[in-house]
Order: sequence, then C-alpha cells, then structure tokens
Amino acid sequence: MAHRGAWVLGAGGVVVAGAVAAFAAIAWRPQIEPISPPASNSFSPEVVKNGAVLAAVGDCAVCHTAAHGRPFAGGRPLPTPFGIIYATNITPDVDTGIGAWSEQAFRRAMRQGIDRTGRHLYPVLPYPHFTRATDEDIAGMYAFLMTRAPLRAEAPPNTVPFPLNVRATIAGWNLLFLRPGVWRADPSQTAEWNRGSYLVDAVGHCGACHTPHNALEAEKDTKPFAGGEAEGWDAPALQAASPAVAPWTVEALTAYLRTGFSTEHGAAAGPMAAVTQELAAVPESDVRAIAIYFASMMPHPPPMAQAQPAIVTDNPTFAGACEGCHGPDAPMTRGGAQSLALSSAVNARSSRDAIQMILHGLAWREGHAGPYMPGFASVLSDPQMIDVVRYLRSHFSSGAPWTDIESQLRAARRDGGA
Amino acid sequence: MITLTINGQQHDVDAEPDTPLLYVLREDLQMNGAKFGCGLGQCGACTVMLDGKAVFSCVIPISLLPGREIKTIEGLGTAAVPGVVQQAFIDEQAAQCGYCIAGMVMRAQALLEHNPSPTEEQIRDEMTPNLCRCGTHMRILRAVRRAAQTMKRVAL
Repeated sequence: MAHRGAWVLGAGGVVVAGAVAAFAAIAWRPQIEPISPPASNSFSPEVVKNGAVLAAVGDCAVCHTAAHGRPFAGGRPLPTPFGIIYATNITPDVDTGIGAWSEQAFRRAMRQGIDRTGRHLYPVLPYPHFTRATDEDIAGMYAFLMTRAPLRAEAPPNTVPFPLNVRATIAGWNLLFLRPGVWRADPSQTAEWNRGSYLVDAVGHCGACHTPHNALEAEKDTKPFAGGEAEGWDAPALQAASPAVAPWTVEALTAYLRTGFSTEHGAAAGPMAAVTQELAAVPESDVRAIAIYFASMMPHPPPMAQAQPAIVTDNPTFAGACEGCHGPDAPMTRGGAQSLALSSAVNARSSRDAIQMILHGLAWREGHAGPYMPGFASVLSDPQMIDVVRYLRSHFSSGAPWTDIESQLRAARRDGGA
Repeated sequence: MITLTINGQQHDVDAEPDTPLLYVLREDLQMNGAKFGCGLGQCGACTVMLDGKAVFSCVIPISLLPGREIKTIEGLGTAAVPGVVQQAFIDEQAAQCGYCIAGMVMRAQALLEHNPSPTEEQIRDEMTPNLCRCGTHMRILRAVRRAAQTMKRVAL
C-alpha cells in the first residue's frame, strides 16, 4: 500500500509539474529590448495630434495622474475588489516611465497587457478594449505619450494579496476573458455610428464602468452597457434599460459628454466628471459619433410632457437646503438647469447616486468650467439624510420607493465620494 | 420655537423651520460676522462651523440644528482679543475688502482644529470652496500657515 501510495503521489507530482510547466509556457513573455527615447521631432505632428485625441477619449490622463500630480506621471490609487493598484508613470522617463519602450512594446501592452519587460499588467488597464484599436491609432497614442515631458515618478507598490500578486495568474484571466482581434465595422450602420462604436469599444472603454462585471471583474459580454458601477457610484445603463425620464437624444448626449451637464438629465458626477472633462477637448464630430452610437441603443418613447411637480414646502430640509437651487424659480433653473423630476439620479433604480451626490456634491473643477454643488455630508445626520432622500424620491419620481437607502448611505459615508 | 446652541450659548429662535441659519444669525441674533454672498452654497462668505466642520450657513435650515454645536466667528475672539486664526489674518493683512474673510477664518479654524499641521496641498484643498474676489489668496494662505505655526507654539 505504501508503495502504491508513493506511486500515486509521484504521478500526481508529475501532473502538477506538467501543469505548472504548461501554464508557465502560456504565462511567460519575453522582454522587448529597451530603446533610447525617440526624439520628439521624429514623430509627425499629425500622428501626435491624432494620438492626443485618442488619449483624451481613452482617458489616459484620468487614471495615470495622481491628485495634485503631474499629468501622465502615474501614482493614482485605483481601488479594485482585489486590492489597490497604482497607475504607473506613462511619461517617456527612461527609468520610471515608458521612455525605453519601443512602439512594438507599447503595442504589446495595449493589445495583450504585457509590459516591456514581459510582465503581465493588471486588466484594470483596459487592454481588453485597447486590443481592438488599429495599429495606426496605437502608434498615434504612442507618439503622443512619447512627446510629453519625461517626468521621474515611481508608483507606490500595489496592495494586491497572494496569489493575485503573482502576475502570471493574469495569464489565466486573459485565457478566459481577453478576446484578441481588431474592432470590426458594422456594414449595416453609417460611418458616423461606426466611428462612435470604435471610439467607445476600442478606445473609450465605456463598458469598463457601464457594463456589469462578473466575479473576476471581467465585463459580461452578454450584457453590454446594461449598467455597472465605478468607485462607489452606479454607472447607468446606456441601452434599452436606461433610467432616463426624458429620452436621450444625439444632441443631449453630445452636449452632456462635452460639458458634463444636460438640462434634461443632470450633471456628470463621480468618475464621469473627469470623462466629460477629457471629452471637452475632443473634436465635436467624434463626441457626436459616440452620441449617435449610444442614442441608437437607447429607448425612444415619444417625448412626454413632464408635469413639473409643484414645490410645496412640506419638507423643511428640502425647502431650506435644496430649493434655493432646485426650486422652480431658482437662479440655477433659470440658467437652464433641470427639474429634479428629470434627474437620472432621482429616477434611478437605486438610491446610491442620489446619496453620493447629496453627501459629497460636485467639486469645483480647478481651472475648468463645470457644474457645481455643495456637499451636505457634514450637515445632514443619517436620519435627516434618509428623510430628505425619501422625500426626493416620492416627490419627484414615479419610481418605486427606494429600499436601499440605509445601506447605500452607510457605504457612501464609509467610502467617501469619488 | 427652535433652540440653537451657538458659541456655547443657547438661543431660542422664533423663525420658520426652513429658515437658513445665516438669516437667523444676522437678522434674529445680530451676529453679523457671517456674510450673505450667493445664498447658494457656492462662495463661502457664510461659512460657520457645525460640530467642528466648516459648512455653508446659507443652505442649512434651522430645523436640522437642535442639539448641534454651532460656532461662528463671534465665538473665536473679540476685536480687543482676537483668536489665533483671526490674529494671523490681521498680521498677514489678508483682508482687502474683507467680505469673504469671516468665512475664510472659519474654514481655516475648522481645518486647524482637526489637522494642526496641514500640508500645503491640504490647506489649498480645504480652502478651495471659499472664494475671494479681491484676489488676496496668497495672503490668506500665508495667514493659514501662520495660524498653524502659532497654534503649534501655543500647544508646546
């Protein structure tokens, strides 16, 4: 028996060793030789310009810039369910950035999520989307980044626990969820729609927040844009399940994406604020293409005349704290702001975004125009919050009463705003 | 009647429950330190402290306030004996027209009470909501730094 047991153990060992070897073969990637950073004038201005637009659509600077940090120098903590991952420096600094990366190395990172040295990158870098970008556009983004000022900055170490801190495990994730292949046009659609589809899927990675994720944080292919979450906020559905009361039109979406505000829906808040800030610098035709793509998926009920609920001061908190801006004759509404009856947050299935907005408000965007709202986290106690949130829902929305107010409030107080 | 606790003293106020705190301070209690700027929580001239945090008194109905500690600039010191933050603002001559200054002082006070050694970034982040139209921001920042230094010396 002992002999047989040893044999089984030995055979088991061989199987495990074989599996490890096979996995290592899948996971292992060679390094790509370092280069000296190419001179800025080795890139054509047109290529750099195209890259600048795509980098803005792709929000490179949003993740790769720390609070008070220099653009693209990395260091921003990205909270994931598996730990905190710090965005890296993507300026052309040789030692701490991507200065030694050839275009080939950059393309491999964008397509396969492998860094220059052969190490797997975490899929919080949306390479499952970037893998669909064209060679030309990846070259453009490379040219744009390599012509930025090189900045020396090391990202803090990630706090990802074992075994996920072993980067080879990402090879397994890639086997399951990375679908290589360049984006393909839909010949039945217009050129503008296809441009929008390309920018959304291959560059903008809108699905990273607006598509639900599975337990391993991969987007559920079967439910594109069915609504997801990001940094403590719900990212609303961008298709038939959109909670919008007024139908999203191409015009409304274009204006919203470029200014961070829509009179018929509300203000871009949480992680979306930075997205609209980036899109403000993108040519209107490209933002419009994105709007055309999403508007084609949204429901188009006939526009209804919205009955403006009469504001009666039956809730002193609302009357004293909110009505100055959200009342029918408030200065802000005269400037074209929405009635809360149209607010996406007030009409959403969950109270999460409304609570985030009331607690944390909308911060000033230093140096940029944009919507603003003061936060009330230090003003309203939990019972006072619950009271005013219930009032908002019952008074301004025909949706069912929220049942998650207490739990969402606890989470939002604990985790803070984005 | 609503009872408010302001600078450690109780005040019975005969006003509608949705009346903003700022109006009660200025019109009912003659505490004119906090100023009316925008009335929308956008400028910070009305800043007071509520349970130790800086808040916009123009968008806080008094119905929310029973049982809470309100502190206004009148509670920091007097013209004869200014508080530490007030003295720092005087020493740095941080006021030009002065309209924003009571709010600036209260926001700085709240910051220094919970963080006696703020970094430059923390000072700038904290002071961001309060606007100054004259443009004395550099003096205001110097005053906040000076107040932090003074408080440290006093504490030692």
